[in-house]
Order: sequence, then structure tokens, then C-alpha cells
Amino acid sequence: MEKIVLKNVCKIFGDHPQKALKLLKEGKDKDEIQAKTGSVVGVNQASFEVKEGEIVVVMGLSGSGKSTLVRCINRLFEPTSGEIFVDGQDVTKLSREELRQFRQQKFGMVFQNFALFPHRTVIHNVEFGLEIQKSDLSVRREKAEKALELVGLKGWGEKFPSELSGGMQQRVGLARALAMDPDILLMDEAFSALDPLIRRDMQDELIEMQQSMRKTIVFISHDLDEALKLGDRIVLMKDGAVVQIGTPEDILMNPSNEYVAKFVEEVDITKVLTAETIMKKSQDVAYLTSDGPRAAMRKMKNNAIASLFVLDKQNKLHGVVFADEVAKLIEKGEKSLESAIHRDAAAVSPDTPASELFAVMQSISHPVAVVDENNKLKGIIVKGLLMAAIAERGGNI
Amino acid sequence: MSFELPRLPLGDGIEAVLDFLVHNLAFATKAFSAVADQGIRLMETAMMAVHPIIMIFILTALVFYLTRQRGVTIFTFLGMGLIWNLGLWSATVSTLSLVLVATLIAISIGIPIGIFCALNGYAYKIVRPILDFMQTLPAFVYLIPAIPFFGLGRVAAIFATVIFSMPPAIRFTTLGIKQVPKELVECADAFGADRWQKLFKIQLPLAKTTIMGGVNQTIMLALSMVVIAAMIGARGLGGEVWRAIQRLQPGAGFEAGIGIVIVAIILDRVLQKLSKS
Ligand SMILES: Nc1ncnc2c1ncn2[C@@H]1O[C@H](COP(=O)(O)OP(=O)(O)O)[C@@H](O)[C@H]1O
Ligand SMILES: [Mg+2]
Repeated sequence: MEKIVLKNVCKIFGDHPQKALKLLKEGKDKDEIQAKTGSVVGVNQASFEVKEGEIVVVMGLSGSGKSTLVRCINRLFEPTSGEIFVDGQDVTKLSREELRQFRQQKFGMVFQNFALFPHRTVIHNVEFGLEIQKSDLSVRREKAEKALELVGLKGWGEKFPSELSGGMQQRVGLARALAMDPDILLMDEAFSALDPLIRRDMQDELIEMQQSMRKTIVFISHDLDEALKLGDRIVLMKDGAVVQIGTPEDILMNPSNEYVAKFVEEVDITKVLTAETIMKKSQDVAYLTSDGPRAAMRKMKNNAIASLFVLDKQNKLHGVVFADEVAKLIEKGEKSLESAIHRDAAAVSPDTPASELFAVMQSISHPVAVVDENNKLKGIIVKGLLMAAIAERGGNI
Repeated sequence: MSFELPRLPLGDGIEAVLDFLVHNLAFATKAFSAVADQGIRLMETAMMAVHPIIMIFILTALVFYLTRQRGVTIFTFLGMGLIWNLGLWSATVSTLSLVLVATLIAISIGIPIGIFCALNGYAYKIVRPILDFMQTLPAFVYLIPAIPFFGLGRVAAIFATVIFSMPPAIRFTTLGIKQVPKELVECADAFGADRWQKLFKIQLPLAKTTIMGGVNQTIMLALSMVVIAAMIGARGLGGEVWRAIQRLQPGAGFEAGIGIVIVAIILDRVLQKLSKS
């Protein structure tokens, strides 16, 4: 389900937007238009959609129009042209009063510099949206307390924002946006003003919260690492225009142009490559019920490998057997693999980053199994595969 | 060669305009008279209702409550005592009443105008040059238009005082609201606040300190004007000075002058303290 759809949204700052708009449609670029008309192109014919429950990160360098774009969505900035649908409603067509209602119901917004009200206590800040909606004091207080608890600030309600650290202030900002329980969160560089460590914590917590709240989130960032971490999809902007849209993997693997490639170059590739992207999907395995020592040995010989994963009928991983030990079973005339199975086979989840795979592989002599949450085998990774994947994408090992 | 230009009938023209205004604004001037007159009477009656000594204690306690400063409190007690001793008590009460009423009227007109100017760019473009111009005029010029509307007397004095002391209330209110960080206003917008919610929940509270600064200036200007307005019939301490000048009694004029200084110092200290907290 599409929650937000932007179609050809343009925003031009200046006195003659129509003139600039015409030049824009003729394909003139931002600098040229500014030189000719004096108007600044904020957003240039941006189109993309955001699905319900999805985090889309809008990324680009400073001045690329991210803030302007996100403000067009709730019409803090009036788009010069284009359409913006939220739940099927074209927000550009709403009257002033309808727009206010719409903002109250649909959008929570979090700002780069927190934008907390200094004259209000934390709890009164969090209550602000509900107060605007004129909800009852008791309801308001209860919801605000809950939002505060959600962001880990229970008991801080009576403090003033100035008494809190930056990280805590932004938690208040987040709680204020969450208190009204909006469908959509607009987060404009919400974590950019925070120290790297606190920033990482906040990212982790947002991801965790998102597991249960399933909001539709438009997250603005100028940091690719952050975008890759948070984004289900990433929208890349340059000079007001959208230059690429895709999943983090898409963006990394196939940078659509030099601009994107440059961004990508700076990312530590080992953090982004995951077990799932590296693993080999098809391989021979031994089945617990049907394969004896001889069958297992033949499979290893055919593939020129020294070990084999053992699965049951449901493809669940039971362990690993090694060629030398299987050979001994054959010598003894055993019919079952059972006694040779090492049940402590190394297994990782599909989203394990490459950087962690190194550590896992260091201590074992067989490949790593990639299993899902039900312990079903998805693929395997051998050391060579990992090296190749990283080398191919230009990362440092 | 002698050649005389005919004298322009400027004065006549202005009188005609004033006549017109006096006639047609009668409803407004009557309302103003009523408010101002009643206001002063009320204030004076209240302050004269108790014996001066008791009133001095009350004022001293009030100053202490507001400032928590020993120096100002002692000064108030001694200063007021001196005023009473010099026989200037009723003149002082009269002056304080005039200041208070004029200030209340100036603020209750000036702050809304200031708010309007802050929210409406065009209004500010019109009002601002007027305020700038008003500031360049000497204080007693304001007495002139007061007379045709209200005749000689206390109401005319209050009118002149209100006009003279209003500009800071307007200016500081506009300034204070414009100074509210843009992102906070944007944030209120993002949450769907309407104009009044924005004004009362965000802009005015955050502009409060600045507006209070304007109110302080208004009060001090009102005090200075009330003294000058003695020329058109405001009695009080200014009236005492004025009479002393006319009768060539420098001693009495000096005494009344000291009374004015005492009142000014107390007001200034209290207001400064208030605007800081
Ligand atoms: N209110 C405004 N008036 C004029 N130009 C603006 C305004 N806001 C942003 N711009 C311009 O629009 C462009 C995009 O700005 P912005 O959206 O803030 O970028 P980002 O958030 O990606 O850093 C910039 O060139 C900026 O100078
Ligand atoms: Mg920005």
C-alpha cells in the first residue's frame, strides 16, 4: 500500500517561480536558473512513493533539497507545482483549515535541532500536539507519559529541555511526535546534531521501536551509513532532483551515476554486505533420515569439499560432518551418520554483516551456515566467497 | 523692493481638521474620558483611603515583596516618609494614579498593536515609521492635540501620556514576537496549530521578557510625561513644580522635584528587578 506518493514535485524559492519552473521543465539546471531568474530551485521534479510501514531515507549533500522536500509533504513549504498524495488525498488541494486537521492527524515531525519549546517542561512539550488537538487533560497526560516511557525518559517529565543532554532532548522531540500516534513520521536530520555514539544508539532504538510501531517514516539524512542502516529504501537527491531510488543493496551494488558512486565509495563496505548477499544458495547437503555415510562421502567427493551440512526433512540444520570422520564410519561399516555429526556447526543469520563474518570464520574449519529464524538452511559461505565479494566491491579487507 | 508673501493659513486649516475630528470622534473621546477619569478616581480613592503612614508601610512591603532587596526597600520607606513629611503625599498619590492608569491604557492598546504588527508585515511597514517619527518629537508637543479633544485637565494629561508612552509597548511586543526562533513556530505549524494557539502557546510566552522590557519603558516614559502634563492641568508632583515656577518659589519647586526623583528611582528599581526574573 502506498502511503505517500509524490508526483513531479517542484519547489522554487524566489519572486518569479513560474518563469523558473518553465526553465526547469526545459531541463535547465539549478545554477543556470538561478543566474537567469534569481530564483533558487529547492526541489526539482521529485517523484517517489513511500509504502505503509516503510522507512524511506532521503539522502543527499547539504543543500540538495532534502529539508525542502520533506516540508513540501506536510506543506510547511507550499510546493510550486506537482502533486502529493497521502492516503490518496492530494495535500496540495487542502484548504488551510483542512490542512491543519490533516497535519494533526497524519504527521509527526522531528527536527534537526530538536525545536523543543524552552518555556515548557518536557511533559508539556510532549503533550503539545495533543493540546493542539484539544484532547482532554487526562487523556493527554496519559498518552504523553506513555510516549515518554517509549523513548526511555520516564520520570523526566517535570524537567525543562535545557536541563537535558542533546540525546535526551531529541528523545523528547521523538516522544512529542509519537504522542499523537500519527501514521507518518517526518524526521529531518533527526540524529545529525548528536554525538556519533548517541546517534548510533538512537538509530538502533528507532529500528527497534519500528518493529512494533510500524510507522511510515520519511527520514532525512546526509549520511550514507545512517541511510543504509535505517532505510528500507533510499532516495538519493542532488541539486533538488531525485537521482536514484532503491534498497540499500541496490544503491551500493549499482550506483546509478558518479554522484551516487562517490557517496558509496566512502562507506565501509564490510558493514553493509550481509551474509545473505554473499552466501551461495545451492549446495549439496546430507539429509539426516535418508543419507548414510556412503552417500555423504559421494556428495563431498563430487563437489570436492571436506565437510557437509546435515539437515532434516524440513531443511533444519542439525550439524556438520567432516570427510575424514565419515571415512572412518564407512570403514566400521556404520549405516548412520549420527555419531559423526558435530552439532556445534557455526551458523549466522542472513543479516549478519560481513565484518562479523570474519570473526566467525577465523575459528572454524568448515563453511558458515546461513540460517533463518527457524534454523532452516538458506545458504553457506566459504572464506573465498567472502573475500571475493568484498574485493569485487572495492572494500578494504 | 519689498514684497510680502501672503501668510499661509496653516493654523486655520489645522483647527478646521481638529474641529472635524473632535466632532466626529466624540464617541471615542467620551469613552476615553470615562475610563481615564474613573480609573484615576478609583486609584486615588483607594490610596487615600488609609492613613499615609499605613500606606507607606504597605508600599514598602510591596517593594520588598517584588524586589527582595534591602536597599530599595529602605529607600522606599525613607523616601515616602520624606514625601509625606514635606506635605506632598496627595500630590504623589495623584501622580502615581496618573502613571498607573496611563500605563494600563497604553499597554492594553500598545500590545495588541504590537502583536498585529508582528503577524502582519504590511501593518508593521506602516506603523514603524510612525513610531520612529514619534520618537523624534519633544515630549510637550503631545500636549497640543490633547487639548482640543479633552480640554485642560487630567484626562487630557492622561491622553497625552498614553500617546507618548505607547511606542515602546508596541515596538517591544513586535520585536519580541519576531525574535521567537523560526523553527519553533514552524514546529507549531507542523503539529497543526492555528494562529491563536501559536500566538498564546508559543509566541507570546517566548516574547514575554522582551514585552516586559517594553512595559518598563512605557511606565518610565509615562512618569516623565505626567510631570510635563502638569502644564495642561495634570496636578500631582508635576503640578507642584509648575506652580512653584510660576510663583517664583524655587524652594517649593525643589521639594516637589525631589519627590519626583524618589518616585522615579523606586519605579525604576522595581521594574528592573521584575524584568530580570
Ligand atoms: N526559505 C528559503 N528561501 C530561499 N532558498 C531556500 C530556502 N530554504 C532552502 N533554500 C534553498 O533551497 C536549497 C535546498 O535547501 P534545503 O532543502 O535546506 O537542503 P538540505 O536540507 O538538503 O540541506 C538550497 O539551495 C537552499 O539555499
Ligand atoms: Mg536540511
